[in-house]
Amino acid sequence: MKISKSIKTLLTIGVAMGLSFNASAHRAWILPSSTNLSGETPWVTFDAAVSNALFVFEHVPLRLKQLQVQDPTGKQVDIQNPHTSKYRSTFDLNLLTAGTYKIGIASGSLRAMWKDENGKRKMWPGRGQSANDADFTKAVPKDADSLVVSRSFRRIETFVTAGEPSEKVFEPTNSGLELLPVTHPNDLFVGETAKFQFLFQGKPAVNTKIAVVAGATRYRNDQNQLDLVTDAQGYVEITWPVAGMYLLEAEYEDDKAKAPATVRKGSYGATFEVLPL
Amino acid sequence: MNRNTLFSLSLLSTLVVSTISYAANNDLVMEVELPRLNVAEYHKPYVAIWLEDSNRKATQIALWYDKDMKDNEGKKWLKDIRQWWRRIGRKAQQPFDGITSATKGPGKHTVLIDLNAKQLNTLADGEYQLRIEASREVGGKEMISIPLSWPLQTNEFPLKASGHSELGNIQIQFKKD
Repeated sequence: MKISKSIKTLLTIGVAMGLSFNASAHRAWILPSSTNLSGETPWVTFDAAVSNALFVFEHVPLRLKQLQVQDPTGKQVDIQNPHTSKYRSTFDLNLLTAGTYKIGIASGSLRAMWKDENGKRKMWPGRGQSANDADFTKAVPKDADSLVVSRSFRRIETFVTAGEPSEKVFEPTNSGLELLPVTHPNDLFVGETAKFQFLFQGKPAVNTKIAVVAGATRYRNDQNQLDLVTDAQGYVEITWPVAGMYLLEAEYEDDKAKAPATVRKGSYGATFEVLPL
Repeated sequence: MNRNTLFSLSLLSTLVVSTISYAANNDLVMEVELPRLNVAEYHKPYVAIWLEDSNRKATQIALWYDKDMKDNEGKKWLKDIRQWWRRIGRKAQQPFDGITSATKGPGKHTVLIDLNAKQLNTLADGEYQLRIEASREVGGKEMISIPLSWPLQTNEFPLKASGHSELGNIQIQFKKD
């Protein structure tokens, strides 16, 4: 393939700057069976997986080891019947308290990428492994070729509500990339515009890249991904084109890291249900 | 000032000079038709009727659901009266005293609305939507909205509307003594 050098350079810069959200990456998600519930102490069942198509179990399960559930009072509560199988994990949650629950996985650590003496790409921690900051000095050669050390945070979550939606679970932890709703995530309707604020380490996450994709991608040819960017206060507005389950993914990056890291990164993913009118 | 505002202003001024008022024991009679549906599996629909002001503040008029199931199982499906659930149901304690009843089958059903009831005789003047929403298990959902102004204007009655799928004809008039 003939591509002129200047175009090649432009392409490389484009990719390096991450002009568009990386749509080819696998998506991690937690899918609730319902998001709005009535009745006394209702149950919700969840699927959790990492996949390409939404919301299809096709690649690997999302492990539940770090999963945490906060009830409407902010208390940690237990899930029931957890099981991890070939392509997905499942679990149940009994909503004993009226209000909004947060179900999610959050992690943060140092991460490093470099090339070894043979020019081979290395990363720490390895794929699927979790890092312990204390191991950094012995795991990562500090004068390695092309070494990039980042302080990376990851969050995958969803919300369900018994009765009236409540706000307690949205109190920021000020760790990593977080969503602060203006519109409650369990009050989303087709054709309406929802507004959310993103925070990174508790501060407005300006220029956070956001990708929003409705489920059932397997049954259409186009992803119909909405690409959005947060404004100078970290806000973003989303108008829901169709009813259904959506995955919202967000990525934030800056260079305000403390040594040994040089960049800070936050990734966020949340499953939302948009109801018909 | 737009036409609607002018219109409501003129309505208001009419009110002041004319003597539209209800008798002491005034009721509205609301007729709600549930269509007979030719389906293999028929469940009587859940129905909610409420009044909504221009700020979407809602006042409950009636609620029909499976209220006599064991362990209150019938409440599990209240969320499927979706707009009602959003506007009023999820905020409220069910059943609503005196206005909750069991589900009803196909046919015409009468709802008496007591205009002297506390939640109605304290309503602020203004434009309202009377909403009727029906949701049927293994079936569809439909909502009808009927605009009306408060206090009620006798010359606007009877009010009529028709559904297309889950609701039939709706008619509202003052009760004849």
